[in-house]
Amino acid sequence: MLFFITLIVIWEIIYRLNLSFEFFSVTAFPSPLQSVRELYLGFFETGILTEALVTSFQRLIVGFVIAIIVGSLLGLVLARSKFADETLGSLVIALQSIPSIVWLPIMLMLFGGGNSSIIIIVALGGTWVMTSNMRLGIKSVQPILIRAARTMGYKGAELVWRVMIPASVPSFLSGTRLAWAFGWRALMAAELIGSGGLGRTLMDARDFYNMNLVIAIMIIIAVIGIIMEYVIFDRIEKKVFARWGLA
Amino acid sequence: MTDVVIEQVEKTFFDKTKDTSFTVFQHIDAEIKSGEFVSLLGPSGCGKSTLLNIIAGLESPTKGKITAGGAEVTGPGPDRGVVFQESALMPWLSVLDNVMFGLRKRMKKEEAKERAEYFLKLVHLSKFIHAYPHELSGGMKQRVSIARTLAFDPDILLMDEPFGALDEQTRSMLHKEVMYIWEKTKKTVIFVTHNIRESILLSDRIVLMGTRPGRIVETFDVPLERPRKTSSAAFGKLEEQIQQKLAVEIEKVMKEELGDDYNSKKSALLYHTDRDMGNHI
Ligand SMILES: Nc1ncnc2c1ncn2[C@@H]1O[C@H](COP(=O)(O)OP(=O)(O)OP(=O)(O)O)[C@@H](O)[C@H]1O
Ligand SMILES: [Mg+2]
Repeated sequence: MLFFITLIVIWEIIYRLNLSFEFFSVTAFPSPLQSVRELYLGFFETGILTEALVTSFQRLIVGFVIAIIVGSLLGLVLARSKFADETLGSLVIALQSIPSIVWLPIMLMLFGGGNSSIIIIVALGGTWVMTSNMRLGIKSVQPILIRAARTMGYKGAELVWRVMIPASVPSFLSGTRLAWAFGWRALMAAELIGSGGLGRTLMDARDFYNMNLVIAIMIIIAVIGIIMEYVIFDRIEKKVFARWGLA
Repeated sequence: MTDVVIEQVEKTFFDKTKDTSFTVFQHIDAEIKSGEFVSLLGPSGCGKSTLLNIIAGLESPTKGKITAGGAEVTGPGPDRGVVFQESALMPWLSVLDNVMFGLRKRMKKEEAKERAEYFLKLVHLSKFIHAYPHELSGGMKQRVSIARTLAFDPDILLMDEPFGALDEQTRSMLHKEVMYIWEKTKKTVIFVTHNIRESILLSDRIVLMGTRPGRIVETFDVPLERPRKTSSAAFGKLEEQIQQKLAVEIEKVMKEELGDDYNSKKSALLYHTDRDMGNHI
């Protein structure tokens, strides 16, 4: 914490010095205090940040949910069917190595720069990791648990639902965490090019030479990333991993 | 009345990638009567767990067949319940839910709960019904497994070294519980163990298995009155007798693993009946 405060103080000092000595263009060099002011203005006076944040979050959540659902189902199918694994499975591996933002040109052609394109990019960013995590989770359920359940009369779909799926909750969670992280990055990349949301607002701010607003948005992006990845997912994971005997 | 019949059973594992195969045992013949308590005793790796899994219907024999209650075993069934060698509890379920896991399919929730609580009390775990498996010791987990299988109420109980991980007191307490339940319910029990004393203490008959090749070496009747005392002369005599046979088998394994210069006298020193002999191999 102290480290961060020191960094910000140094930054502000450089900013002030730059104002008087003009090492670099004054308009291109943002100030931390001004950035915080922009944050305040954007949320409580003009509302542009609130609006952008809401738009981004809606896209992120819809895309994320799609990635989780499609990825889990696909992972389940790949884990259960050898045929699907040998055909679809290799396709998934291929798709996984394509950064989802690469799909944007095609999506822009098909759907334009609005919500649908960006949501698809977010979903594509998370689906494949979700698929491979779920597939691995189901495949690595301890055989002893399956055996025990079989002796108690579980088989077929019930065995999948009552044993395999609960047993793979830890990998499911790791999958959602990665899907979120990938989706979040894909969202920002897509919004820089598309329309609306935090990414677009960031580009607009640059176009108006409002570097303080650029920094304000970057702060929002960082804070959200940190809260989600290190606070929320971390806590859930710790709890679940402990119960599943993995910690 | 016979309950479990094992006829000319062979189990061979095939390794497809290396194109090799390994025969665990062959020509296994045994009959276990209804209500009988039979121990399977033998050195580590002789195939006790494998045989038990085949009886449970979790694995199929390569040759031969097994019938349980007159019907050929083709898969798991509610007539056979298994207590596994390792803990096989569902980590996401509480102790109570684990015991109810097998009951929920055939009775109402309240009934299943009552039954689960009864059996958890029997294994002295009433205080832990809301705990999760990761919060329990190895012995406690094993007791939950036992309660789960007992609550399931199979005619045939297949137990794979259920007390291996327990301390002496708990073990002897559970011996009493198992004897009590067995005498009351007249279940057929097939009990795998490493421990000669345990097998004499509990069973009507002891089937001694050997390795390389895996087979049944000898079957011992245990004609002692229950409750049995380890200090009685007849107990000691039988223990001695089984120990001698078993030492031969263990020595065979050791010789193979340590080479021909292995001094056979060592086995007598290394080996005590009350120890878990598998650990020495
Ligand atoms: N799935 C498998 N594939 C290949 N070999 C196996 C498999 N399962 C067991 N074996 C082999 O079969 C033999 C018997 O194993 P098993 O677990 O039945 O022994 P055990 O008598 O129960 O030993 P222990 O007393 O140590 O539990 C071992 O040599 C083991 O390596
Ligand atoms: Mg075993």
